[in-house]
Amino acid sequence: MQSENGNHKKEKILAAVEAAIERYGARREELIPILSDINRVLGYLPPEALDEVSKRLKEPHSQVMSVASFYQMLSTKPRGKHVVQFCESAPCHVVGGREVWEALQEHLQLGAGETSPDGQWTLITVSCLGLCSVGPVIVVDEDVYGNVTPERVPEILARYH
Amino acid sequence: MKYYRSHVLVCVDPECLGRGAHEIEDALQDELVAQGLIDEVQVLETSRIGACSDGPELMVYPEGVHYVGLSVDDIPYLVEEHFLKGRVVQKFLYTKPKFVDEELSAPTPKEVRVVLRNCGKIDPQNIEDYIAEDGYQALAKVLTEMTPEQVIEEIKRAGLRGRGGAGFPTGRKWELTRAAKGEPKYVICNADEGDPGAFMNRRVLEGDPHSVIEGMIIAAYAIGASQGYIYCRAEYPLAVSTLNIAIQQARNFGLLGKNILGTDFSFDLEVRQGAGAFVCGEETALIASIEGRRGEPRPRPPFPAQSGLWGKPTNINNVETYANVPQIILKGAEWFASMGTEKSKGTKTFALAGDLNHTGLIEVPFGITLREIVYDVGGGIRDGKAFKAIQTGGPMGGCLPADYLDLPVDYESLTAAGSIMGSGGMIVMDEDTCMVDIARFFMEFTQDESCGKCTPCRIGTRRILEILTRICEGKGQDGDIETLEYLCEQIRTNSLCGLGQGAPNPVASTLKHFRKEYEAHIYEKRCPAKVCRALIRYEILPEACTGCTVCARNCPVGAISGERRQVHVIDPDVCIRCGICMQVCNFNAVVIE
Repeated sequence: MQSENGNHKKEKILAAVEAAIERYGARREELIPILSDINRVLGYLPPEALDEVSKRLKEPHSQVMSVASFYQMLSTKPRGKHVVQFCESAPCHVVGGREVWEALQEHLQLGAGETSPDGQWTLITVSCLGLCSVGPVIVVDEDVYGNVTPERVPEILARYH
Repeated sequence: MKYYRSHVLVCVDPECLGRGAHEIEDALQDELVAQGLIDEVQVLETSRIGACSDGPELMVYPEGVHYVGLSVDDIPYLVEEHFLKGRVVQKFLYTKPKFVDEELSAPTPKEVRVVLRNCGKIDPQNIEDYIAEDGYQALAKVLTEMTPEQVIEEIKRAGLRGRGGAGFPTGRKWELTRAAKGEPKYVICNADEGDPGAFMNRRVLEGDPHSVIEGMIIAAYAIGASQGYIYCRAEYPLAVSTLNIAIQQARNFGLLGKNILGTDFSFDLEVRQGAGAFVCGEETALIASIEGRRGEPRPRPPFPAQSGLWGKPTNINNVETYANVPQIILKGAEWFASMGTEKSKGTKTFALAGDLNHTGLIEVPFGITLREIVYDVGGGIRDGKAFKAIQTGGPMGGCLPADYLDLPVDYESLTAAGSIMGSGGMIVMDEDTCMVDIARFFMEFTQDESCGKCTPCRIGTRRILEILTRICEGKGQDGDIETLEYLCEQIRTNSLCGLGQGAPNPVASTLKHFRKEYEAHIYEKRCPAKVCRALIRYEILPEACTGCTVCARNCPVGAISGERRQVHVIDPDVCIRCGICMQVCNFNAVVIE
């Protein structure tokens, strides 16, 4: 059973790599789009995926890893089923963002960049989304919420179960 | 030929048919006969009118009245009211949903819309809308009537300067790239608008993408490039998809690709997405990212104009810079240069944020004062509070106090005052803002976004952040201010790129203009704005306290004691300064000391 699961996981990873390379071509200049696509499909970049990309692009593993670890949107650590992004930028900060951030941390019992033990939630901060006229802003998975207050936090998160 | 006084157009598209459009039509005919109006009113069939989701719908001419949501039973009443008595039936009238634009409202008298002129007015996904607003006319003029040198000359005469923040003369940059040796040449649009609080470029990309594309094609013609890239941050998914649609439409119209408008000039464009790295807004880091590498800057010179993308001459301008170009070509350099100050021409978009009555995007001519922006355009400070500071230029910018409100907004004046123009974020802060906390906040950002390549930026920003955090926690020491000033100077002069060179600005500018607040934190252990938690104390006013016990019951750490109907007291040693007591007190008896 264990190895069957392992095989299934490996197949899924290889399929994601294959699809991304198919879409952009096995060229170095496409490395960031390729990694972004894989990250989107798998939720993060597992070591097996980075190995495969390195092989297919004929780029040293160190080069692939250097890019994967540089950009905020690429994660080399597994992420939760739902990713909560909090905009930590100044315009949100001055209109009550700090209180929202505390409410998020308390409600999820997570700090910045942490994933809950049950794999449900990951809490991360994100740089300005340019939605400053409706701050404070949080993004859950792909849904954007504006004018968030600490009181609204539990209600918003309850939609993702 | 028969004449009718009125025509009724019934929508018979599949959606309305499904909701009984034919039955409505028959009922109308019958009722018009019954009420003796059939010789005066004609019923016709038409295709979609526009509100089919509320169908069945019909349109009455010549009045142009649009009715929706009708059923057969409503028809006798409708015919009697509208066609016999001549009264519009409000109940079925179609009213367009009211759309409130929270980002971009109608311009105030001090504003001039050049870059934002089409935003919110045209359909960004339809190239014909842009063409109807004189779109691509500048391109046609350039390709058929002007040499590349004439284009560059026109941009130089207009005095257009880079809107990304540094303000380098655009025409000069184009000239340098044109003169540089090496083929092919590239044009890049820097759409990596990462400054927190700045979203002017996002709005242009989402609302008027063709103005940027047209500007880029003109730039490509001027410098002799055949390939261009728009590097857009991944935090703007809608901008990316809108751009891709616009590029495809421009290709279909022969405005991109081979032999543009039938001339022998060819040029094509591609959108490249970032993956979340603020430093990629720096041009050499941006180029590294397009090449598929870590977005780390490299020393300049050589500048991208000499050696840019893949080592080839490359022209990089910001979104707003390109969006200005078609207007300059169409209306002329004199028109553009008539706006602004001696050295800063034209208009500038800003994103107003913070404690203002009206936040959102604005576009104003250079030379306008900060006071006009805060009070005339921004509507003044919210809740009648006092103005404390305005932060311009994003995280590498500075905070200016009330003494600077009459400063004209242009590149040189802002720099001389200790801030910068930057790409256009403006955050206005009221009296309740702690400037040390704000400086710490910006340092947190730059420290986090420092790419780590050069030491002054990587370690220096961290040292500054540590000191500021200590000061905010009430552990400031004598000598901290001097150490901060030393660090600011070292980081500014020794860092590799604009991020590091500008990183100390929020600290340096607040040290210059709000030094007393630092001193209050360090020497008096006091936060004048009552923001820094370690330096404030919650107290209960004995004369206001009714002894209702609400605060004591809500205190999470049991720091409040007192008998029912007796004055309560907060134990400062136990209190964690969460502020819950202040929120729950119904008598405003809890205050910050």
